[in-house]
Amino acid sequence: MQLIFEKSRPGRRGFKLPEIDVPIVSGLAEKYCRKQPACLPEVSELDVVRHFSNLSRLNFSVDTNFYPLGSCTMKYNPKFTEKIASLEGFSDVHPLLPQLAGGGMLAQGSLEVLYNTERLLSEICGMSAFTTQPLAGAHGELTGVMLIAAYHKHNGQRRKHIIIPDSSHGTNPASAAIAGYNVVVIPTDNEGFLDMQAYKQALNQETAAVMLTCPDTLGLFNPKIKEIADLAHGVGALMYYDGANLNAILGKCRPGDIGFDVIHLNLHKTFATPHGGGGPGAGPVGVCEKLVEFLPISRVVRRSDGTFALDYHKHKSIGYIAPFYGNFGVILKAYAYILSLGKSGLIQASENAVLSANYCLARLKDHFAPAYGKRCMHECVLSAAKQLEQGVHALDIAKYLIDKGFHPPTIYFPLIVKEAMMIEPTETESKETLDAFIDCLIEAALLAKTNPEALHLAPLSMPVKRLDETRAAREPNLRWQSK
Amino acid sequence: MNYIPHTELEKKEMLKAIGAASVDDLFKHIPKELRPKSFNIPEGKSEFEVAEYLKLLSRKNAICLTDFVGGGFYDHYIPAAVDALAGRSEFYTAYTPYQPECSQGWLQAIYEYQTVICELTGLDVSNASLYDGGTALYEAAMMAIRLTGRKKIIVDSGVSLIYRTMLYSYTSNLSIEFVETPVVHGQSCREDIYKHLDDKTAAVIVQNPNFFGAVDDFSDIVQRVHKCGALAIASVYPVSLGMLKNPGEMGIDIATGEGQSLGIPLSFGGPYLGFIAVKKEHMRQLPGRIVGATVDKDNKRGFVLTLQAREQHIRRERATSNICSNEALCALRALIYASLLGKSGFQELARLNYQKAEFAKTVLDKVSGVKVKRSAPTFNEFTVCLPKNADEVVCQMINKGFACGFPLGRFYKGLDNYLLVAVTEKRTKEEIMQFANSLEAVLCS
Repeated sequence: MQLIFEKSRPGRRGFKLPEIDVPIVSGLAEKYCRKQPACLPEVSELDVVRHFSNLSRLNFSVDTNFYPLGSCTMKYNPKFTEKIASLEGFSDVHPLLPQLAGGGMLAQGSLEVLYNTERLLSEICGMSAFTTQPLAGAHGELTGVMLIAAYHKHNGQRRKHIIIPDSSHGTNPASAAIAGYNVVVIPTDNEGFLDMQAYKQALNQETAAVMLTCPDTLGLFNPKIKEIADLAHGVGALMYYDGANLNAILGKCRPGDIGFDVIHLNLHKTFATPHGGGGPGAGPVGVCEKLVEFLPISRVVRRSDGTFALDYHKHKSIGYIAPFYGNFGVILKAYAYILSLGKSGLIQASENAVLSANYCLARLKDHFAPAYGKRCMHECVLSAAKQLEQGVHALDIAKYLIDKGFHPPTIYFPLIVKEAMMIEPTETESKETLDAFIDCLIEAALLAKTNPEALHLAPLSMPVKRLDETRAAREPNLRWQSK
Repeated sequence: MNYIPHTELEKKEMLKAIGAASVDDLFKHIPKELRPKSFNIPEGKSEFEVAEYLKLLSRKNAICLTDFVGGGFYDHYIPAAVDALAGRSEFYTAYTPYQPECSQGWLQAIYEYQTVICELTGLDVSNASLYDGGTALYEAAMMAIRLTGRKKIIVDSGVSLIYRTMLYSYTSNLSIEFVETPVVHGQSCREDIYKHLDDKTAAVIVQNPNFFGAVDDFSDIVQRVHKCGALAIASVYPVSLGMLKNPGEMGIDIATGEGQSLGIPLSFGGPYLGFIAVKKEHMRQLPGRIVGATVDKDNKRGFVLTLQAREQHIRRERATSNICSNEALCALRALIYASLLGKSGFQELARLNYQKAEFAKTVLDKVSGVKVKRSAPTFNEFTVCLPKNADEVVCQMINKGFACGFPLGRFYKGLDNYLLVAVTEKRTKEEIMQFANSLEAVLCS
C-alpha cells in the first residue's frame, strides 16, 4: 500500500479549523520561527479514512483472528469498557484538575475509580497496597526494583544484585540493570524449575531481590515456590513477582500469600484491556505492608467523610515515576472488567484458561515435543526441535499458521527451549477454534516430514511474503523522504 | 459475565482429552497451604449495571468548566475521524507486530508516525514511541550518558517540574550529578549553563516553550554544548512546532516530548504518548521499538521491527532500555491527527493558538491588578501575576465556571500569586472575554 505521504496532493485539505475570531497581532520574531513547515500529508478526510481503514485490514487482531501469543494473554476485550473509557466525564478530565481546588474535589469520580481499583487488585493478589501509576509491565518492573532499592537503602543496606532465572522475560534483567543492580542468572533444572542448588549458592547478603514469574514462562507452577521465598527472606532479600502470568491463578493462589513482597500486573493481559498494537498498557505495582511507605507519589486516599484525595506528603516515597496517576483510561477499563466478572468470573477465567492450554498440550504433545512435563498452567511451551531434523524451524511453522489465518504463538521464547513455540489460548476462545488451530499445527508437523518446502515458502496469502530483516537492519530506512 | 464460551459438555470432552478428572485436578500441584487466605471480591454484575455505575461516577468529575489549564497537557479539539479510525478493533486488539507479514497495517502506520515525528522535530530518526513525555526525557538523558560516557547533566529550570522530578526518581541509585540552572527573565540563563558546562557534562536539557510558556531559541546554547563534547536535549510541545524553530534547526541532538496534544484525550493523565527523535548518528542508542522499511522475497516493499539488537528481548541486562512495548495506539492517533490537519492545517493550528493567547494576554492585562509577564515571547501559554493568592482566585473562578489556569505556587515557592494560563484553539473570543470579566469580578470582591 502507498504511504499516506505518497497520497499527498499539494493544496488538498482534510480538516477545517475555526476561523480566527480575535484581532490579529504580529507574529513571533523570526529567530523563534521555523523556516520550513513540517512536510505533513496533504489529503482529504476520505483519503485519511480510507487509508487507515485499509491499513487496519492488513493486521491480524483478536477481533479477527485467533491470537495465541504466549505470555501476552490475548483474550477477548469486552466492547463496553471502550465505551465507558470514552465517556466525556472521564476522557475530558485534565490531570491537573485535582490541584485546583479542595484537594481533588473536582475529580472525585476518577479518584474513586483509582482507589477502588487499587483495593480490588490488592485483594486479588493478597498485597497490602497498589499504585496504579506504572504505565506498562516493564515500567512496573522498574518501579518495583526502585521500591526494593529504597527499602534496602532505608535499612542502611547497599545490596548489589538481583537473582533472575534464565527463563525470565528479557525485561526482568533489563529493569534490574537500569535501576543499578547487577543481575545473577540462575539456570533451569531438568524439570523446568529454578535450579535450587545454583539458587542457594547465589543467594547471600548482597542479594537485593529474587525476581520470578509464577507460573513461570514455561507455563509451570513451581511447587517449591514457598521454599524459594523463605530462603530469600532468610537472607533479607525481597521477592519480586512478574505478574505476566497472573491469568493462570486468579482465586487459586495469591502472590502475597506465597510471600512475594513486590508485584507488577499487566492490566492488558489478565484484565482484558486491549493491547493496542503494542500499547498503551498499564502495569500497576502492589506491595506488602513494609514497602507501602515507599510507593510513588501521589497516593489516592479516602477521607473520613468518604471523599477522595491525593496525598503528596510521603517523605520515604521513591518520588514521581509517572506524570500523574497512571494510564487512567486503561485502568478504568480493567476496573469495569473486574466488576463485570466478579469473584466467580475471575476464578472461571483462570480455570478455563488453564483447561484450554492443557487441551492444546494434550492434543499436540505427540506431534511437537513439550518443553517440560505433560501438564501446564495457562500456556504450554512446545519445541519444534524434532521438525528441525527435516530442516523446518519454528519460524516456518509460524509462517504456515499465518497462511491459515492464525496468529502464530510466541516463538523462540523462552530462550532456553530450542525452537520454542509458546501457546497461550486464553479462556475466551472456543473449543472449535482451538481444534482448528491444533489441526493446523498437526498438519504442519506432517508437512515437515512430507513437504518441508511448503513450510519454507509460507506465507503466500499475506500482502507481503517473508521480509528481508537483515537488509532492514543493515540499511536502516526508518522514515519516508520526499524524492 | 465472564466471556467464556466452553459448554459443560465441551469441558468434559477437553478434560477427557487431557486425562484429568476435573478442572480442580489441573490445579492440584498448587500446595494446599498456598491457597488464598481470602478472595473477597464482589460477585459480577451485568454490563448494564456496571456501565450505569461508572456513568454515575463520571458525573462526579467537573468537566463543565471552561478550560484554561495547560502545564504541558492541553485541551485541543480532536477530529471525529481520529476516534473512528483508532477505534477500529483491527488496530486496537492487535499486539506488537512480531510477525510482520500479518501486521503490515501496524508496521506501516508506525513507519508513517516516525516520519511525522521527524518532520515536526527536524531530526533524522524517531522510534515507535515511548510511554509519555517524562519517561521519554529520562530515556534521552540515559542515552546521553551512554553516548558520552559522562555522568553530569545540566537541567534548565524551565523544564517541567514533573519531568525533572521523574528524572531524579529514576536515577536516584545511579550516581548521576544533576545541576539545575535558573530561568531569568522567563528564559534559560545562558551564563549559569556555561558556568557549569565542562568536560564532565553529558548533556544540557532544555524545554521549548518552557514550563512558564516562554519561547526560546537554543541555537547559541547548543553550539557551546557541542564544543564541550556534550549533547543537547530538548523537550518540546508538538503543536508549537507548527510555528516554532524546531530542534533540528537549533542543532539539538535529542528531542523528546509529550504527544498528548496530537489527538489524544486528556483522560486524567493517560494514556499519553512519549516521543523521541535523534540525529542519525545516535540511532543505535535509541530505546524501544523502531520500524524500518525493507523488501520481501519478490522485492515488494514491506515493514519490520528493526535494529532489535538494542532491545531487552535480545540483550537482556545490556539493553539500551527495559521498555518492551510502546504506546502504539496513541502514536496512531497522533499520526491520524497530523494527517487530517496536514501541512497547512498544522501551521494554522499553531497560529490560532498563538493569536488567541496573545489576545487573552491583552484582555487580562486590562483587568485591574493583573499583570501579564512579558519578559519573553510565548506560544499559547503565559504567566500572569495576580494581586492576591492564585490558589484562592482559582477556587473562586471555579464557581464562575472557569478552570482559569494552574496556580504556580503549587510547584514553586514564592510564586503564590502567579497563574499559568493556557489558551488553545478551542477557546473562543467570548470565553476569553468572560474569563477576564469574571476575574475582574473575583478580584474586586
